[in-house]
This record gives sequence, C-alpha cells and structure tokens, in this order.
Amino acid sequence: MDNTAIVSLKDIVVDFDGENVLNGFSLDIHDKEFVTLLGPSGCGKTTTLRVIGGFLQPGSGNVFFDGKDITNLPPYKRHVNTVFQKYALFPHLNVFENVAFGLRLNKAVGENGKKHKLPEAEVRQQVLEMLELVGLKGFGRRNIATLSGGQQQRVAIARALVNHPRILLLDEPLGALDLKLRKEMQIELKRIQQSMNITFIYVTHDQEEALTMSDTVVVMNKGLIQQIGSPEDIYNEPQNRFVADFIGESNILSGMMHKDFSVEFAGQTFTCVDKGFERQELVDVVVRPEDIVVVPAIQGMLTGVVKSVVFKGVHFEMLVEQAGYEWKIHSTQAQQPGEVIGMNIGPDEIHIMRKMEE
Amino acid sequence: MTRHKTSVWGKLYWALFLTFMYLPIAVMIVFSFNESKSRTLFTGFTTKWYTNLFHNEMILNSLAVSLLIAAISSVLVAVLGTAAAVGINSMKRKSRAVVMNITYIPYLNPEIITGVSMMLLFVMGQGGVNWVLEKLNMPQTVLFGIPTLVIAHITFNLPIVIFSVLPKLKQMDIRLYEAALDLGCNPAQAFFKVVLPEIMPGITAGFLMAFTYSIDDFIISYFTSGTVQTLPIAIYSMTRKKVSPEINALSTIMFGVILLIVMLNSWREDHREKRLARKGPEETGTAGGRAERKRRGKK
Amino acid sequence: MKAKICAAPYLLWSAVFIICPLGVVVYFALTDKAGNFTLNNLISIGEYSTVFMRSILLAAVATAICLVLAYPISYMLSRMRKSRQHMMQMLVLLPMWMNFLLRTYAWMTLLETNGLINKFLGFFGLGPFQMINTPGAVVLGMVYNYLPFMILPLYTVMIKIDGSLIEAAQDLGCSMTQILRKVLLPLSVPGISTGITMVFVPSVSTFIISRMLGGGNNLLIGDLIELQFLGNSYNYNLGSAMSLVLMILVLVCMGITNTFSNEEELEGSI
Repeated sequence: MDNTAIVSLKDIVVDFDGENVLNGFSLDIHDKEFVTLLGPSGCGKTTTLRVIGGFLQPGSGNVFFDGKDITNLPPYKRHVNTVFQKYALFPHLNVFENVAFGLRLNKAVGENGKKHKLPEAEVRQQVLEMLELVGLKGFGRRNIATLSGGQQQRVAIARALVNHPRILLLDEPLGALDLKLRKEMQIELKRIQQSMNITFIYVTHDQEEALTMSDTVVVMNKGLIQQIGSPEDIYNEPQNRFVADFIGESNILSGMMHKDFSVEFAGQTFTCVDKGFERQELVDVVVRPEDIVVVPAIQGMLTGVVKSVVFKGVHFEMLVEQAGYEWKIHSTQAQQPGEVIGMNIGPDEIHIMRKMEE
Repeated sequence: MTRHKTSVWGKLYWALFLTFMYLPIAVMIVFSFNESKSRTLFTGFTTKWYTNLFHNEMILNSLAVSLLIAAISSVLVAVLGTAAAVGINSMKRKSRAVVMNITYIPYLNPEIITGVSMMLLFVMGQGGVNWVLEKLNMPQTVLFGIPTLVIAHITFNLPIVIFSVLPKLKQMDIRLYEAALDLGCNPAQAFFKVVLPEIMPGITAGFLMAFTYSIDDFIISYFTSGTVQTLPIAIYSMTRKKVSPEINALSTIMFGVILLIVMLNSWREDHREKRLARKGPEETGTAGGRAERKRRGKK
Repeated sequence: MKAKICAAPYLLWSAVFIICPLGVVVYFALTDKAGNFTLNNLISIGEYSTVFMRSILLAAVATAICLVLAYPISYMLSRMRKSRQHMMQMLVLLPMWMNFLLRTYAWMTLLETNGLINKFLGFFGLGPFQMINTPGAVVLGMVYNYLPFMILPLYTVMIKIDGSLIEAAQDLGCSMTQILRKVLLPLSVPGISTGITMVFVPSVSTFIISRMLGGGNNLLIGDLIELQFLGNSYNYNLGSAMSLVLMILVLVCMGITNTFSNEEELEGSI
C-alpha cells in the first residue's frame, strides 16, 4: 500500500439486486488532493463515494483509512464528512444550527480521553469562522428555505467542514445550480480545499467540472476505472476509446500501427509520436476536432466534403465526410456546405490508443 | 377560464344542498334555547338546558371517561404508530405489502364487525384471566371498561397514525438521515434529532385525528365498553329516552367547539400555506380528515 | 436496516387485536354453544334473508342517491376559485364533525308525525305524513350521514381533471351531456368506486340509523348482529355467523367496485 494514501479501496464489489455496480474496484487516494470521480450516470462513482462515507457496505473488499481497515465502521465513526446531492440541509434548523449540528454532538475528546460537550462559546466561534470561510457571514439566523441554491450549497459545505474531516466527500454538489453559479462555485470549492488543506473527493458527470478543479481525475465506467491521471493527461492522452469519447469531443477512428511513429488511418499513413506497439497492431486513433487544420483541398493530407456548418459561439462546428467517415472539425472560419476542403493533422495531435477489450 | 363562476342553477343547487345539511343542526341549536320541552313549538328563550347539562352527572362522567380514554389511547397510538411507520417504511416491497394489507383491515371492515370481534376476543380473554386468577386464588377482575376501550381505540386508530406518518417519511429525503450519521450522530440520535422533527407534522396530525375519533367513536366502544359509559354511549342512551332538550344543548356546545377548532385549523393552514407558497405545493386539507379515514380504505 | 424492528410491537398488536378477533368470529360462527363444529348458524341465517335483502336494498338506494346528489356538488366545488373552494369544502364537511348520533337524533325530531316538517306542511293544508319509522327515513338517514363520504373522493379526482380537457371537448364539439358522458364520467371512475364503497359499507352495516329512524319495523343486518351480542337474543354463535356473512358481503361489494375501476384504468392506459 502506498504510504501517502489516505484512503485505499481494495477489490470492492457492490451488487444491487444482482446487478454489479462495482466490480473488484481498487483505488488509492492521496492526502490533500482534489480527486474527482468522473463518469456517466450508473458508472458507480456515487456508489464508490457511499462506500467511502460508510453508507454502503461492500459485498466484498476492504476500505482502508490511514492504513486502518474501516470497512465495517459506521458513518458516524469515520473522519469523513459529506456534502450531499441537493445538500440535505436540516429544514427544521436555521443556518447556524445546521452548521453547529456536528459540533453539538458529544464527541469532542478531552485531555483525559473522555468525550464531552464542546463549550457553547467554542461552537459559536467555530461556526462563525466557517460561515465566513464559505462567504455566508451574517446568515446564521436565516431559515434554510429562504436561501438560494448557491447559498444552501455553501451551508452544506460549512456544515461538513466545521467538523474538521480528513476527507470531504462531495456528491455532484453543483448539479442543481445554474451555469454561471456553477462556474463561480468551482473556483470557490478549489479555494476552500486549498485553504483547509484537506482531501476532497468529488463526484461528477460533468467533464469540464472535473478538468477545472481536480488534481487527479478518475474516469469510471461500468464499475471499473478507465483511467487515472491529471486533467491534462486525461484530456491529452486518453488511454482508451471510452475516455477519449467521454472527455471532450473527439474523432475516433480505427487504425493500424505500421511501425513506431507511423500509423495508418482514414486511408492515409501519418507520422505520429507514439511507439511501443506491435507491428500491424490494430489501434484506436483519436483526433480532437480543434486539432484539425482546414486547408485548401489540394494542400490537404485528407480531403472531404463539408456536410454541415453550425455556429457555436467561439468557433464553427463542421461535419466533413471523408471516405465514409464523418469528421467533426472546430474552426474559426466557416466553410460552405458542399465545399471540398483539405484537412491536415500534425503528429502531436494524433493520439494512439490500444483497442478496448469488449 | 374554467374556474368559472357558478351558474344560477348551480347556486340554487348549493342552497338546497346546504339547507339539507344544516337544517337539522339549525333546528337543534334553536330548540336548545326553547323554554318548554316541546320539540316543535318555540315557547320562549331559556338557557336552563345548558345549566341542567352541567349538572347532569351522567354526561359529565361520561365526558371525563371519553377524555381519559382519548388521552391515553392517542398518546399510546402516536408512539406505537410512529414506530410502526418507521418500521414499515424500511421494509422491502413484499413484506411491506403484507403489513399494509393488515393495516387496512380495521379500515375496510364495517365498524360493527371490528366491535363485535373485539368483544368476542375480550370475552375469551376475560375467561382466560379469570381462570388464571382462580388458579392463583386471587380475586377476579373485570377487563371490560377502560382497559378494553383503550385497546379498542388504539386498534382502530393505529392505521390513522400510520397513514399520516408514512407519507412524511416517504417525502423525507433519506439523505437527511445519512447527513446526520455523516456528522457523527449514531442511528438513535439521528432519528431523534433529524427524522423526528421532520415527520412531526404527520405525528401531530395523526395524534389529533386519533384523539377526535376516539372521542367521537360510538359503535366500537358500544361493544367493548362493558358497563362504562363514554360520551357517545351516554348520548345514545339519552336519544333512547327521546324527550330531553339537554341533548340539544349538548349538540350545540359540541357544534360550537368543532366550529371553533375547524376555523382555527383552517386559519393556521392558510397561514402556513402562504408561508410555504414559494416552496411549492404541499398537502393541505385537514377538515376532510374524517372522510379521509374512510376514503383511504380503498386500496 | 434495523429500523424494521420498530414495526415489531405493531405487528404483535395487529396479530392479537386485528387478526385474532377475526379468527374468533370465524370460530364462533362455525361452532355451537358447546363448542362443537356446526354449520347450523350459517344455515339458520337463511331465516333472516328478508333482513339481509332489505339491508342491501336500502344501502344500495342510499348509495345511488348519494352518487347523484354528490356528483354536481363535487364538480362545482372542483371548479371554484381556490380560496372559495376552501371555504365551501369546510362548509360541506363541517356537519360530519358533529357526532353521528346527534345528527341522526336531529332528524328524528324533524321527521316525527307531529314533527317540524309535518307542522310546516300543515300550513299548506298538507299531511301529516308518516315519515319516521319508514324505509324512506332510514334511507334519508344514510344519505344525510354518508353523503360527504361520496363527495370527498369525487372531489379529489375532479380537482385533478384539468379544465383544459373540458375546453378541448367543447372545442371538439361536445355538448354538456356529451362532456359528462365522454370526459367527466370516465375520468372520475376511481372516485365513484371509492365513494360507492365508502357509502355502501357503513350503510349496509348500520344499526343506529335503522333503530332511530326506522322504528322496530325496519331491522337491518346491523340490528340483528347487535341483538345477538348486546340485545335480547344473545347468541354469539349466530351473531358471529351473521358478521361473517356481512364481511363477505362487504368484500364482494369492494371486489365489484374495484374491478370496475381497474378495468377502466386498463382501458385508459391503452
């Protein structure tokens, strides 16, 4: 086991009604990192979070926290707190009492090792500090129902963080917010994580969110890890077709490696930067739409016919047919549908992946 | 707009309908102030029937009995029913369906059958208790009375509490409970600190309804009371005598009390609704509670 | 979760006080006074077939009248403005909160031969009519007491019927009667069947209404049962047999209304 891992999942299996949700899942999460579990709905990311939080007992496998096996520890005995989907704020308590909830339980450990109640003055001070940290100074007396979605979000974060967890689990916390607020909160969350200096485990299906905030992204599908890496790695070097397809927009073609640094796809042989494949190995080739350079037809390595052009704000999105494949191209210049264009792809922009075992 | 004004014919129909519904009540109120015992001629104004009523020991005693039974049974039923609802809510679909079907039985059964079946059980129970006491050389006791009434009232009120608490439990976000665990509550603490406050409106509504039904019940009490008289049983014996204007006075007082409660309640509901208006629609209507009890009897 | 255990006291309670009593009824119905098995109790119910028929008939008539009276009220109620709806709903339900015995007693004074209604009619030189102690009076009592049980379920389904449906029907050329037949009635079937059960069950099993308004000549099943347990006849075994038959009657009634609404639901879903 990795020494710096704060949480380790080992061979976790979870079944719901005979359906495999997590399938021998193993993962190490390092201390003080912002880790995102990313994947489509049903991929097992929330289940993973619930296993770490203690809300779900895995069918088999173990959960380690700081090297200790906590698989059978109930949630209230774990040094982990959760920001729930839709916040789960207590509607019968005001903002202050919601945040104070965890502190008011008799679980402060005194010098003699006995548990006692935290003095009221200390509760008050900690809650107010925390409210300030999340930007809700002066909101203590407010009723939960009168808060906006973003404010409720902040209360939920404060309520969890005030207990000084070693890890904060966040289950799609921004899902209910509108786009602008979501962007704001992304930055805010990152700031809070850095100022608290603790581990965040964040679950989302929004790839942009994952790439913006995380130190490490764990891409999941069907209960299995597809790729672990920094956001840059995940985006630039997808390890398989699923990751390439899920992260950003891609053109994914079947190809064949002739030899190191030489790949054939779309009827042409291209120079690439990948090596270490078998000769004649069948591979998947990924080209991002923004990496294709549109040139006059005679200058192109590939030529195709523009099928459609849609204005997307920053760029135009074109669908171009070439030898039976429909390329997606992002370009700042619009072409006319029906026009024949040339396409060039630089060696750096070609990503080769081994075929996925289906 | 479809929420149109009621037509002239509609208004006439409403008038006839309301006359039908309120005529007997109006007549009772008027004749509760009648000087003579005549039930058809108003001979002069008096309040002596009210005074008599408050000196009528049978009425006062039976009222005390009714209040006592209602208090004991509705407190017990609120606790028992809430626990049951929590249990039922956590059951799997199949066992839940079985339990719910049992819960419906006191609803679906005609009251007279609930009454006589419990009476038979108590008769047998009485026999068993006497037999045991005899063996132990102890003096015999009578089960029939307050104990049997409390048991009967708990039994017919259990579904009411369960049905008013269950929806609140279902409405409640399970994550609230999990959040409490997450913040360090053990399951018991989580229940009392978070779940209970959340479902309290349901428990209160169930308790109040149970209390009302308990006070109001005649048929089941009639079969299970032995020689003890509850208020409805006392009323029944009064109606058998036919001539007693006191009964009109009693009706008037009861109607007044009910009117007051219903109006207070509806004022409170309106108030709450306005407060919650922006939080979206929520269940309303408590005045329909009594019919609710029967209505839910289906399915 | 361990929360299931919370239901244990309730399950025990319902086993002892809901299931057991019904078992006891069945036991008494199938035994004689000495405790030996017999079918005589059930067989001797045949002697009371007129009472059973009368109960079913009067309850059915009362249920039909309730349906006819309640339908327009529920419809109008459901189409009112929200604030007005609240008030009228309260007005409709308020009498129900009055003790049932007192309400029925009030009708006694109204219906008597020298009661208020006959007095009133007397001013016009009519009557006096024999109203109390007739089957009609019993039906009236049932209708008066249980009418709100019909209004409420009807009203509940009708507020769910979107006003635009009725407008759409009008737009497509339906007359008022066609709207009623083709739109309102099919959509309110669940309410109708619930209402029928809710009125029929207490009507068919009552003994108070028949005793107070029907005099001695209009005995119903409820009266018979009451006589066996607390009255002069005093025969638990026969009373249990009657209860058993009444229970079956109620089950059949619910079965009928249930399938009737289920079929409609099926049709609606296609």
